[in-house]
Amino acid sequence: MAQNKALLSIENVETYYGNIRALSGVTVHADAGEIVTLIGANGAGKSTLMMTIFGMPRARTGRIIFDGKDITQLPAHEIARLRIAQSPEGRRIFPRMTVQENLQMGASLDKLEYFDEDVRKVFDLFPRLKERINQRGGTLSGGEQQMLAIGRALMARPRLLLLDEPSLGLAPLIIKHIFEAIKELNKTTGLTVFLVEQNAFGALKLADRGYVMVNGIVTMSGASKDLLANPEVRAAYLEGGRH
Amino acid sequence: MVSEVQKNNSAILRVERLSMKFGGLIAINDLNFEAKRGAITALIGPNGAGKTTVFNCITGFYKPTEGMLTMTRQNGEEYLLERMADFVITKKAKVARTFQNIRLFSGLTVLENLLVAQHNPLMLSSGYTILGLLGFPTYKKAAADAIEKARFWLEKINLVDRADDPAGDLPYGAQRRLEIARAMCTEPELLCLDEPAAGLNARESAELNKLLLDIRDETGTSILLIEHDMSVVMEISDHVVVLEYGTKISDGTPDSVKNDPKVIAAYLGVEDEEIVEMLEQAEAAGVDDITAAVDLMSTEAIHVIEETHPDAPAAALVATGPARPAKPAAATKQPGAKPAKTAAKATSAPAPAKVATAKPEAGNPAAAKTAATKTVTPVAPAAAKKPVAKPAAAKAPPVKAAPAKAPQASPIKAGATANALAAPRDGKADRLIDIKGIGPVNERKLNEHGIFHFDQIASWKKADVIAAEAYLAFDGRIAREDWIGQAKAMAKASQKKPVPGKSGGAK
Amino acid sequence: MADVQTSNPESNFAKAVKEGLVAAALALGLFLLIVGFRTDQNIRNELVLNQRWGLLAIFVLVAGFGRFFLTAYVTPWNAARAASKRAAVAKEAKEQSAFRKSFPRIGLALLFVYPFLVIAILAAYNGSLMGGLQGSLKYVDNFGIQILIYVMLAWGLNIVIGLAGLLDLGYVAFYAVGAYSYALLSSHFGLSFWLLLPMAGIFAALWGIVLGFPVLRLRGDYLAIVTLAFGEIIRLVLINWTVVTKGTFGISGIAKATLFGIPFTPGPGGFANLLGLPNSGVYYKVFLYYLILLLALLTAWVTIRLRRMPIGRAWEALREDEIACRSLGINTTTTKLTAFATGAMFGGFAGSFFAARQGFVSPESFVFLESAIILAIVVLGGMGSLVGIAIAAAVMIGGTELLRELEFLKHIFGNDFTPELYRMLLFGLAMIVVMVWKPRGFVGNREPSAFLHKRKLISSEFTKEGHG
Repeated sequence: MAQNKALLSIENVETYYGNIRALSGVTVHADAGEIVTLIGANGAGKSTLMMTIFGMPRARTGRIIFDGKDITQLPAHEIARLRIAQSPEGRRIFPRMTVQENLQMGASLDKLEYFDEDVRKVFDLFPRLKERINQRGGTLSGGEQQMLAIGRALMARPRLLLLDEPSLGLAPLIIKHIFEAIKELNKTTGLTVFLVEQNAFGALKLADRGYVMVNGIVTMSGASKDLLANPEVRAAYLEGGRH
Repeated sequence: MVSEVQKNNSAILRVERLSMKFGGLIAINDLNFEAKRGAITALIGPNGAGKTTVFNCITGFYKPTEGMLTMTRQNGEEYLLERMADFVITKKAKVARTFQNIRLFSGLTVLENLLVAQHNPLMLSSGYTILGLLGFPTYKKAAADAIEKARFWLEKINLVDRADDPAGDLPYGAQRRLEIARAMCTEPELLCLDEPAAGLNARESAELNKLLLDIRDETGTSILLIEHDMSVVMEISDHVVVLEYGTKISDGTPDSVKNDPKVIAAYLGVEDEEIVEMLEQAEAAGVDDITAAVDLMSTEAIHVIEETHPDAPAAALVATGPARPAKPAAATKQPGAKPAKTAAKATSAPAPAKVATAKPEAGNPAAAKTAATKTVTPVAPAAAKKPVAKPAAAKAPPVKAAPAKAPQASPIKAGATANALAAPRDGKADRLIDIKGIGPVNERKLNEHGIFHFDQIASWKKADVIAAEAYLAFDGRIAREDWIGQAKAMAKASQKKPVPGKSGGAK
Repeated sequence: MADVQTSNPESNFAKAVKEGLVAAALALGLFLLIVGFRTDQNIRNELVLNQRWGLLAIFVLVAGFGRFFLTAYVTPWNAARAASKRAAVAKEAKEQSAFRKSFPRIGLALLFVYPFLVIAILAAYNGSLMGGLQGSLKYVDNFGIQILIYVMLAWGLNIVIGLAGLLDLGYVAFYAVGAYSYALLSSHFGLSFWLLLPMAGIFAALWGIVLGFPVLRLRGDYLAIVTLAFGEIIRLVLINWTVVTKGTFGISGIAKATLFGIPFTPGPGGFANLLGLPNSGVYYKVFLYYLILLLALLTAWVTIRLRRMPIGRAWEALREDEIACRSLGINTTTTKLTAFATGAMFGGFAGSFFAARQGFVSPESFVFLESAIILAIVVLGGMGSLVGIAIAAAVMIGGTELLRELEFLKHIFGNDFTPELYRMLLFGLAMIVVMVWKPRGFVGNREPSAFLHKRKLISSEFTKEGHG
């Protein structure tokens, strides 16, 4: 594996909830400028891996290395300072803050000169949010909250963007639109994206590489188109309803 | 009895003239639809269209500003839901619901969750606690029955083994199923599900489909469902209602809705199913780069949508670059597609009947090329009649097409005002967003309708305002925000000094 | 991984020294004026400034060395222990130990024999039955009855807070209602304790509903503030409605409780006389002890029963998610009201018992501090857990009573040292320690009210505290 150019590398990580092992020996990496996706059934541990990168819960064994730095034991806020941004599971927007304030919360403090530009970009991406700019986060509809969570993550001008089911609760059109935007950001700014999705088809279509997770173990990995063509993957994650 | 229920096609829920306003925000505007007894009715639409608000009105969590919600129970009793408290609606009118962000009692066990749902009958059999406290046998029996009923539903949702675990400990998909089972334990006649398939993968949504069909067929419960997952909506629903901005834009069978250009433009885009089909075709045709083909497909879809429906959130980050020509690869599937779909796709082809522009293709050779490569004949009447069609891939401003809404109001077919220009003077447009009330989306719309300069707006007459409002879908906002006055001031100012940096102007 | 976990002992030591110095400096700054100087009145009524450098030095040294040891030894030791525990815990069965399972039963048996145990031990110690009886007064009354009153109050409040998740800071108001109902009705109308006990409960429950109505819409902090205000209103009414309540003087000479008509008075017809026992005040105390024990057990029994009733489940569901409750057809208004009323009723029972025991009530017994203590017991014990709450009450109330006994402290701190004054300080300290050690209280696990296959405890990480 191309260890030396990996922006994020997760090596042999195990994570527990209480006594229950959620991740066992997960080794995953994302090279700079890559879009990597992690697919798998509900409860497989995808979101856990996402949260483990942020140290909540902390990995019990193994290492997480970002840009050559071991971040396994770093507190979450310091991880965020390395410009890793996350749009977490369950959105977690600030419900009593307005849309604008939520975006302000997401902005990285040392890049404030870009604030206006970034807000504009987010509003270009989600015009719906602009219409709702002074509305409290908690009064937005579910899909709009999802947009806000993604927008807030983008405000940090991240080097690595962690997206936990960005398509959850969004209209098909918007999903396409978000995926397009991710691709575009990736192309133009070299943003590295780590994407967890239920919508395996969309995710694999977007990503360069993919991992398949089953019960806390990575069972398969490879280039997206290989995974897309893999009959096992297709049977398990792509065509469930159709055949 | 079950079959009787299904044959009985009378409406279980009638929504009439429903409106809901939050302060100045209109969430639902004059909505009418019906849910049939024993049927699955889906409510779909873009995010923020007001779907969950409709649910909240039906289940009593909001009191609608106006309108009537009539629930007719199987025994013929009618309930006006807008007048009832939320818990009474569940208790008396037998409407149960689930929530978009799952609301289980996470600290109670799975079994307890289902027992809480049987609160009302148990309360009765426990003599409002007093008899139960004293250990009367009626309660003991009722409690045992309640557990049996819970077991029945646990078996149905495949969670018997986890009955004694806290609900918060279940994986996401199981929590979704449990919430449905919990709602079913209230013995509803109408089950309202808010995005039951959100966060489920293809296999899990297939299981969900089965569960919902089971519920409908075995218990006769009617289902009203909000969902974005088209594999669920299209496969199981008997009837689909589409909302956008709080109003109904389409209503009918899944097939008719799926092919309604308005719905495609506002909501669907190109469906995944089509992509899968195309994928298979591409594979069959020996195209190696599947992802590239898919990519093209969806890129094109975005363009179709952008052109046909400017209100839809546009891929602004994407669209900052030059317009991408639609590639022929996407069109290869056209001949093989079903006729209905072809009609839908035809929205991306020029619809000559309505397009009254001077030179749409001339400015953009790519568009012409696309039109030529596409083997679709632009006859598709369903699509052509709807005035949503615009040439594909034509991003450049000097393209005019029929307005998206209320075409009869506009004096000129092109949908533009009298003083529309084909292109900005000196190739430079004014920053229309400087006018309060005009945002980037509206600016784009104005540009598309040939408005580029402040003086153009400044010289608008009443008819022009009406025309502009028609395509901007505003009512009275132009006058209220005094665009003309603002524009006059701006025009004056810009005559004095040239407009500085214009990141917002048209390109 | 290894290099992160085993941190360099040298640097750890240096870090500990640094932190110790910082702590010492902080302590110096903090205590310089509070401990270092003291003003006293001398014999001519003049204020004189005493300097207590020695005491200040002790404070500073304790802080400094304490921090040093904590950082240098305790934290690494804890980390090492946690690491080894983690490794071991995977194999360990999650079954409760036999002791924990049978703890409630053993505790209950002990409670029932407690008075006789005390009398027997003291009698043996003093060599005479009389000595045993008189000596046991303190232990039965100050420890037994006092603790059990708080156990009962905390169990009553537990229904409101632990089950229904409604934060009530004015619980002592219901206690006051119960106490004054008994005091007033018995002194004005001469009604007996056994009639007034249920009446006091009913009155308190009614007040619970009266309070409940206006605050039902409120949640969380707002609810807490309004209930707090309600508690104060009741107290102020008791102080100011002097015609009825005699204000701050309180009501004295309240009739004592009788054992089915047999009074606990010396002389003919009294309890001791009838049974031919020597005269002693202990009998009444022992009687009161069993009375409050039974009342407390009634509270526990009702709570346990109610949890298996639909209403109890609805309370817990309400704590977890109110909106979901409503979507299931549960009338949250009446559910909340019943929780308030039930909790208040037990407060009322306890209040009337309190009045009968003291023979005197005044508004001073019903200050906010009492509410806070009861709440603290519920939180420390673990919301919803009866056993945990009982342990917390024993520790907190018994502990503060025990302070009175610590006469030897006077030899250390001087003759004017009164340990009782440090009661609240220690109370607070204990709370902090427990909350750091066990954030969800002594017993944080929740026992499910029904099960299909096997009763499994529910970890506190899933249960919610409710939002009012």
